[in-house]
Amino acid sequence: MSSGTILSGAEIVIKALRDQGVDTIFGYPGGAVLPIYDALFKQNQIKHVLVRHEQAAVHAAEGYARSSGKVGVVLVTSGPGATNAVTGLVDALMDSIPIVCLTGQVPTHLIGNDAFQECDTTGITRPATKHNYLVKDVNNLARTLHEAFYVAKNGRPGPVVIDIPKDVQFADGVYRTPGESQPKSYRPQVKPDLNKVEEAVEMLANAKRPIFYVGGGVINAGPVASQLLTQLVRMTGYPCTTTLMGLGAYPAHDQQWLGMLGMHGTYEANLAMHGCDLMVCVGARFDDRVTGKISEFSPGSKKIHIDIDPSNINKNVRVDLPIVGDAAYVLEDMIRIWKARNKRADQVALKAWWDQIAVWRSKDCLRYEKTDKVIKPQYALERLRAAVAGRDDVYISTEVGQHQMWAAQFLPFNKPNRWLTSGGLGTMGYGLPAAIGAQIANPGALCIDVAGEASILMNIQEMATALQYRLPVKVFILNNQWMGMVRQWQELLHGSRYSESYSEALPDFVKLADAFGGVGLRATKVSEVDDVIAEMIATPRPVIVDMCVDQKENCFPMIPGGKAHNEMLLGPADKVSEATPEEGMVLV
Amino acid sequence: MTQETNIRRHTISVLVDNEPGVLARVIGLFSGRGYNIESLTVAEIDASDSLSRITIVTSGTPMIIEQIKVQLERLVPVHKVKDLTLEGPFIEREMALVKVVANGEKRVESLRIGDVFKARVVDATISSFVFEITGTADDLDRFIDLMQQLGEVDISRTGAAALSRGTSTL
Ligand SMILES: Cc1cc2nc3c(=O)[nH]c(=O)nc-3n(C[C@H](O)[C@H](O)[C@H](O)COP(=O)(O)OP(=O)(O)OC[C@H]3O[C@@H](n4cnc5c(N)ncnc54)[C@H](O)[C@@H]3O)c2cc1C
Ligand SMILES: Cc1ncc(C[n+]2csc(CCOP(=O)(O)OP(=O)(O)O)c2C)c(N)n1
Ligand SMILES: [Mg+2]
Repeated sequence: MSSGTILSGAEIVIKALRDQGVDTIFGYPGGAVLPIYDALFKQNQIKHVLVRHEQAAVHAAEGYARSSGKVGVVLVTSGPGATNAVTGLVDALMDSIPIVCLTGQVPTHLIGNDAFQECDTTGITRPATKHNYLVKDVNNLARTLHEAFYVAKNGRPGPVVIDIPKDVQFADGVYRTPGESQPKSYRPQVKPDLNKVEEAVEMLANAKRPIFYVGGGVINAGPVASQLLTQLVRMTGYPCTTTLMGLGAYPAHDQQWLGMLGMHGTYEANLAMHGCDLMVCVGARFDDRVTGKISEFSPGSKKIHIDIDPSNINKNVRVDLPIVGDAAYVLEDMIRIWKARNKRADQVALKAWWDQIAVWRSKDCLRYEKTDKVIKPQYALERLRAAVAGRDDVYISTEVGQHQMWAAQFLPFNKPNRWLTSGGLGTMGYGLPAAIGAQIANPGALCIDVAGEASILMNIQEMATALQYRLPVKVFILNNQWMGMVRQWQELLHGSRYSESYSEALPDFVKLADAFGGVGLRATKVSEVDDVIAEMIATPRPVIVDMCVDQKENCFPMIPGGKAHNEMLLGPADKVSEATPEEGMVLV
Repeated sequence: MTQETNIRRHTISVLVDNEPGVLARVIGLFSGRGYNIESLTVAEIDASDSLSRITIVTSGTPMIIEQIKVQLERLVPVHKVKDLTLEGPFIEREMALVKVVANGEKRVESLRIGDVFKARVVDATISSFVFEITGTADDLDRFIDLMQQLGEVDISRTGAAALSRGTSTL
């Protein structure tokens, strides 16, 4: 079909998706999108995955996008379909995930009349998206769809909503190809200012106590950015830490990696950040979970910040050298200039720095009590780690809570795009649909949702989706019978008054798996852990594992809200210093 | 945020696509991120390209003002953002309609003050005038303040329109 062809709005949608290379969409039908569903029915190039809740459609699309590097596509109906999708949209906005979400709308002549299943979708999703559109003229539909893909994936990626009234889906209009549809504005800068890169290389070469602070932006920049980062870090010999969102951007098995930093990051990563004289931030956004108390954040360092989004520079922390650009381009230039100028790190200073880091490392901050009386959640994850060692095709998603932090601390991420977690919004219910999306993007891979017993109930209905599409996803519940993360905060800051944080009336997860048509497994003793994990991996069907872990375990290290990096709690024996300042208490 | 207390007033000029929702995006950005709006004006300035200019008067620390600029720039329908206060001399004007209800000597006095401020009388009754006045926000404030001392006052202000001086264009 050439450009200028006349098609119905619904056909234009399908054609535009195909021209954008879309092979899978996640959705749920309803009155206001029936014409699009009809057009889907009449073709077989785009596969539709029917979820069981529109929030899960977006999370599945996020899992698909993050694990494949492609744009995730969602299709939902008007009114409740659109409002159900909102949590997923904000999640994608916070975590920089490229999503295009099509929503049905009541016919144009009814907009504003409180029509059946009408809601102001563009109004509601304006602050929930990177950008959104209401298409009132079918002749603008193709251009808008192509522009939406451009906006979703360029610059800092994010979700884009296109609201399409039902009459526009029926109407005939002209189809335009992607090439004819450049947006008039929005041209993010991807190539850096070379003078600044040269300055950065000089600073890098002169540093005595340098550190790379690496975030999700390196994952956004594609696998090549991770390779370039690894190359630069190795060339310099400097230490590197990653954020929760950056896990996998640098190989976890490498000696130069200090682990994750931040609230539940390692002692060595946080103290190195605190004590460094040069911080090179690559694609991270100085989140409060990372900086702790801003006024005491890395007080003695010069800071370089490489980011594609100028609004993330100097937002929370003043930096000395901002470099706007795509991480891959900037890293490439840094490597080239470093080599061309024959730069070499100050070996004496570097040795002293690594000696200091070795002292911090020797604290062994992730240690936990080894026991055979009860399954420690960390132990269960260490055994999972051992069971998947050497495999390249393991995709881990998580829900939100202690289990999420333990997964980040104890599972190895050696490559990008294999770690799917809700970092910015912290959305319980993210993990199962995200694992489904990852499994669809990576058939044959091992996709595991490390879950908490509370979180998993927020999107448990997606087990039915997994069954319908024969997706062998694994739900690995670290069942502590508590909203553990909430309980931990109540313990630390609210006098152990456990208000509403006990997981009452839990279902029998083994029977629940069974009811969905999946396989349920349970471990209650340390001696059962390995067998259950082995069976989970060997079962080519959806599995729920009910790993009954220590109910009292807390997640350490921890920097309590409002504290500085060097005020870390390392274990249950450490107490928050008496003077937990009020401004710390109010932080989340 | 570091403790910066030097809060300053800035006039920011924004060139945007004249499309539905663009104003809501800009206003939503300000309210959502807790930025201050002292005034905001918007109108189409180029019908063939369908462009509008939004003029925003805001205040904040240098760090906040820088954030406002880059946050505006990343809105998709935004073409250009210029901080007129930072980027050299500029002219700022605002128009107001000011109704003064007064009798006798006070009524006459309102006319005299109107004259001094080069305000135009655009409506009159036996006991009221409506003045049209153009000037800087400060001029308008002073005029209104005086009028309030003479009688009951009703005011409609446009908010600031602004352009840089000299040959540079947005
Ligand atoms: C219970 C809980 C606990 C948490 N604890 C921690 C913790 O201990 N430590 C921690 O690190 N996080 C923690 N988080 C996550 C935290 O809230 C943030 O989501 C996370 O720190 C942000 O990661 P990031 O800075 O890498 O930025 P992201 O959110 O991944 O943002 C990416 C950055 O890179 C930029 N970017 C995007 N694309 C490119 C590109 N192509 N080139 C260059 N730049 C680009 C973006 O503009 C942005 O600035 C926790 C979350 C939860 C729910
Ligand atoms: C949708 C949503 N509601 C509430 C919260 C607040 N919250 C954060 S962690 C948590 C408890 C999670 O419990 P569980 O899933 O059992 O994980 P655990 O911490 O026990 O590992 C809650 C309620 C959230 N993050 N998301
Ligand atoms: Mg729990």
